[in-house]
Amino acid sequence: MVIDESLVQRLKQQFGEKIVGANLENVDPWIEVAPGGLVEVCRFLRDEPATRCDYLNSICVVDYCEVDPKKAAKAKWEPHLEVVYHLSSIRLKTSGVLKVKLPRWQDNVEGQLPEVPSVCEIWPTANWHEREAYDLSGVNFGGHPDLRRILCPEDWVGFPLRKDYEMPLEYHGIRGR
Amino acid sequence: MSNANQSEVIELDVRTDEMLVNMGPQHPSTHGVLRLVLRTDGEVVSEAVPHIGYLHRCAEKIGENLTPRQFVPYTDRMDYLAGMNMNLGWSLAVEKLLNYDLPDKVRHTRVIIAELNRIASHLVGMGTYGLDLGTFSPFLYAFREREKILDLLEYVCGARLTYSYITPGGVTADLPSGWLEKCSAFLDQFEPQIPGYHTLLTTNAIFIKRTTGIGLLPAEMAIGYGCSGPVLRGSGVDYDLRRDGDARYTALYQGYDFEVIVQKDGSYPKDQVYPAVPDEAVLGDCWHRFYVRMLEVIQAIKLIRQGIGFYQQATGDWGTPIKLNTKLPPGEAYLETECPRGQMGFYVVSDGGESIPRRARARSSCFSNLSIVEELCRGCLIADIPAIVGSLDIVMGEIDR
Repeated sequence: MVIDESLVQRLKQQFGEKIVGANLENVDPWIEVAPGGLVEVCRFLRDEPATRCDYLNSICVVDYCEVDPKKAAKAKWEPHLEVVYHLSSIRLKTSGVLKVKLPRWQDNVEGQLPEVPSVCEIWPTANWHEREAYDLSGVNFGGHPDLRRILCPEDWVGFPLRKDYEMPLEYHGIRGR
Repeated sequence: MSNANQSEVIELDVRTDEMLVNMGPQHPSTHGVLRLVLRTDGEVVSEAVPHIGYLHRCAEKIGENLTPRQFVPYTDRMDYLAGMNMNLGWSLAVEKLLNYDLPDKVRHTRVIIAELNRIASHLVGMGTYGLDLGTFSPFLYAFREREKILDLLEYVCGARLTYSYITPGGVTADLPSGWLEKCSAFLDQFEPQIPGYHTLLTTNAIFIKRTTGIGLLPAEMAIGYGCSGPVLRGSGVDYDLRRDGDARYTALYQGYDFEVIVQKDGSYPKDQVYPAVPDEAVLGDCWHRFYVRMLEVIQAIKLIRQGIGFYQQATGDWGTPIKLNTKLPPGEAYLETECPRGQMGFYVVSDGGESIPRRARARSSCFSNLSIVEELCRGCLIADIPAIVGSLDIVMGEIDR
């Protein structure tokens, strides 16, 4: 998949509103997809002969949140999460980036995780990557067969890669700080 | 008095119950930080679930609190058997974000060093694989040669395991004078040793029995599960980032003549004088994954020899490493490199104006490669588990985040 103007137009034609936007200026251009259309778009990108994204490199979450109130006032974005999908095509030897923007908390209720549909059915490797993203950044993947923590213990509280995460003072009698 | 001829008694005697067994650590680089839970029925494994995270060192979180140059030593500790390759991946990703151009000399230095480290890593992979299967000599012979590579790398940067030599913007110092001669002397001495490894392992009847037809990984499944490196190529997928990857990475290898080791048209590259594939071997089994590594060592030697030639004619200096507090431009860059264990990707996100990235992400090959264990081990024997896990050549440091 090479992300360029023609691919964006093609996707917009096919999926309409579900393609929210694109950035072709960045070093790695990306396409932004609405959470609701993610699975369809991924399936399209995998099966379409022109893109053939048969390989999912990684899923990661970037937390756009500024803890420092002074810097937060200057930030040009609203606090949100971005789930980033790096895809490649083994056959065509190309790669591309998909993004989904989510609120930091569902319905602005702190503690309620935002949700994005799982792509396990399309790429089995997503299973572990989604578990990792859930574990470290706190995003729910709807339809994931086994959404458990993978790196942290099962009873760990909080999501370490969130910017406002605070290291616990104590865990099972072990001093944290 | 024996009652062995009474069939119903035998059935009662050997009837087994399902058991949950904790397995490991059996591979040197999974020492205590990988837990495999097997569900067994007698000798047959019906389920193998890997549990990871015992090492959890928060590498990504640290990356969000340090500047890119300060993060370089942490990349060393990810795949501690191929630290140079890790440094290279991170440096290239940062350079991609900064749009930084490098002199020719840096390029060749990086190829020589990265390929040298690849040999060292494959030697460990090969030697410890022998160890997994119960043979000890190949391990010693492999480590004997690896020590010489470590000596060379120590001469370059002063460290034997965690190098931090390749940094964003170049390398920390030029190759010392006389180093290239030492390097070629090592290659001349090392190359004749390789047939010995083939005698001890590749063509060894026991080794063939233990590895052929086991842990079958079809190409489709390997791609779907995001496997990479020798694991992917051992399944017959012709994909190597040194040839097919990001433009910034393939530019390093421009002008070099090397082959991607993969089974094409039923055989490995013709110019290899190394042992033929045994009849029992099936594409995608443990034996093929091992063999791909062995042949890659030969290609790495070829690359280093060319690199030495190019380096001597190269112009420019050894680069100017970026300042510790270089401001990162707004934007994001993702770059994957071909490490000995597979594709290592680094992702740098900056929202501009700061020298600390907003997100430093490491996507590692072992993470995806390990997720396949569950599929590969279904229905195999307990004794095959070390053969399967060992053939993936896992380093737990890389699975860690």
